[in-house]
Amino acid sequence: MTAVTIALLTLQEAVRRRVFRALLVLTVVLLALSAWGFTKLVGLNTDVGTMTSGEARLVASLLLNLILFGMSLIAAIGTAFLAGPTLAGEVESGQALAILARPVRRSTVLLGKWLGLLTFGCGYAILAGLAQVLIVRITVGYWPPAPATGLALLAAETVVLLTLALLLSSVVSPMASGIVSVGLFGAAWVAGVVGGIGASLGNHGVERVGTVSRILLPTDGLWHGAMNAFQDPGALAQMGDGAVAFPFLSNASLTAAYLGWAAVWIAIVWGLTALTFARRDI
Amino acid sequence: MGTDVATTAGSAADLIAGLPPSPAVWCSGLRKRYGRQLAVDDVSFTVERGEVLGLLGPNGAGKTSVIKMLLGLVRPDAGEVMLLGRRAKDPLARAGVGYLPELFRYQPWLSAAEVLALHVRLARTRIPEAEQHESLVLVGLADRAGDRVGDFSKGMQQRLGMAVALVTRPELVILDEPTSALDPLGRADVRDLVLSLKARGVSVLLNSHLIGEVERVCDRVVILDQGRVAAFGSLDELLGQRQVRLHLGGVAGRAEARLGAAGVLSRSGDWYTVTLPAEDDGVTVPDLVRDLVGLGVRVHAVEPVRISLEERLLGILRHDEAAR
Repeated sequence: MTAVTIALLTLQEAVRRRVFRALLVLTVVLLALSAWGFTKLVGLNTDVGTMTSGEARLVASLLLNLILFGMSLIAAIGTAFLAGPTLAGEVESGQALAILARPVRRSTVLLGKWLGLLTFGCGYAILAGLAQVLIVRITVGYWPPAPATGLALLAAETVVLLTLALLLSSVVSPMASGIVSVGLFGAAWVAGVVGGIGASLGNHGVERVGTVSRILLPTDGLWHGAMNAFQDPGALAQMGDGAVAFPFLSNASLTAAYLGWAAVWIAIVWGLTALTFARRDI
Repeated sequence: MGTDVATTAGSAADLIAGLPPSPAVWCSGLRKRYGRQLAVDDVSFTVERGEVLGLLGPNGAGKTSVIKMLLGLVRPDAGEVMLLGRRAKDPLARAGVGYLPELFRYQPWLSAAEVLALHVRLARTRIPEAEQHESLVLVGLADRAGDRVGDFSKGMQQRLGMAVALVTRPELVILDEPTSALDPLGRADVRDLVLSLKARGVSVLLNSHLIGEVERVCDRVVILDQGRVAAFGSLDELLGQRQVRLHLGGVAGRAEARLGAAGVLSRSGDWYTVTLPAEDDGVTVPDLVRDLVGLGVRVHAVEPVRISLEERLLGILRHDEAAR
């Protein structure tokens, strides 16, 4: 009951602080621009002649991944900067004093905040992602092979990042936790790209950079799974060996073991956060 | 056999029912170290049911740390706490507690009424909306119930904090510097609120810099200095002897003898000061005034004189310093 109260309070904060409105405006602009771009894609004159609808669909599947990456970035930054102030900020300002002096367990308060942020982040990732997929469907006629899986993985990526942001928020200042978590998200993505280049060059040492980073922070691994679910299966064949190095294509769907690891990762980080928060002097 | 069990059970229940209620606050051997600084060292005290206990001491004496340890906001390095008969480690121990923190900040995006509703939900109790509104009336925020807390002045936020502490019908109220942001009128309001809580049998732990405030409302006082209990006791115990000053006209020999019979007498012009005996039962002064009037003395003024708590506090703290 307390967890639900805190979750609703967290959502209410996102709405009242106009985070929700800002994200909505940003997303609508991005969706409108992408819709305009996609309508121009069919019948586009290129150096090699007019693009056929088949080619346009291939490009559309690549562009879809690119735009969804942009959206996952918005969701990541949005939730990280919401999660940052939520623990550290409330402790710093004194808001936590009155709340935690009530008959509540700190882990329950943490669970409530996590659930609220999860609803916000996942809701955004799924709705904005679905809108984008529908726009591509309407403008170019492309429908991804597994849109539900893709959206679920996009949401899972947001959950990983917000859980990390909450952990950081329980140990460092609000601003630092937001910046560090977004920084780590970016670093993991770059490490994934570097790993892809290593794989295409057959350099196992460089390839391992991507593998290790995907284990340490599963955001990039989940993102690759999402891309694989959104992209045209023919795209990999058409791109040939270079596809591995291309940051907006993924050559394999995720294994159950990796998904299991992501779930364990979330549980471990959540547990660490609960432990740190429970021991912290307010 | 069955009767025996029933009798035994009955007597056990009688025994428990006959027990005095556990204190509102019981803490023993509280200790807290921040880095190399020992902030609280072996602090023990109790707040009885229906009692108003004042926590006094200079800045940095450890008063707020003690309060936070009672509420589980700060983990003590050593010591135990019980609130309203429950171990403080159990969050439910705080179910009957209202708390106004020294740093009073409430969700700025909520309205005052929404903040109260939130705290009612967190306290897992049901308080009708009208009664919640009554708490706002009590602290003078009746017409601001629907306004955003973010637009409130500091004083208004502290008043809201008071409403938050009172809204859940607490059995124990812990007020940490409740008047720090209030004007003299607001301070008087808080004093009246504490007195009305006391009248309703609610226990209050009051930490305040304003010694006059503490002196007016508290039954007992704990004085902290450098993290340790420097002195504690009822105001009478701490302040010791009392005196009364009288402004009199037409004092003749018999009247002067009557004055001397009441206690040790000293005189300065028309002002007479009588030091009352420690075992004064409260009738010495009225009886004295009645007799003086009977003897034809004109009584212009009768003023109680007490060593102020401030003087006593400074005495204790300076003595402590000298001892170190």
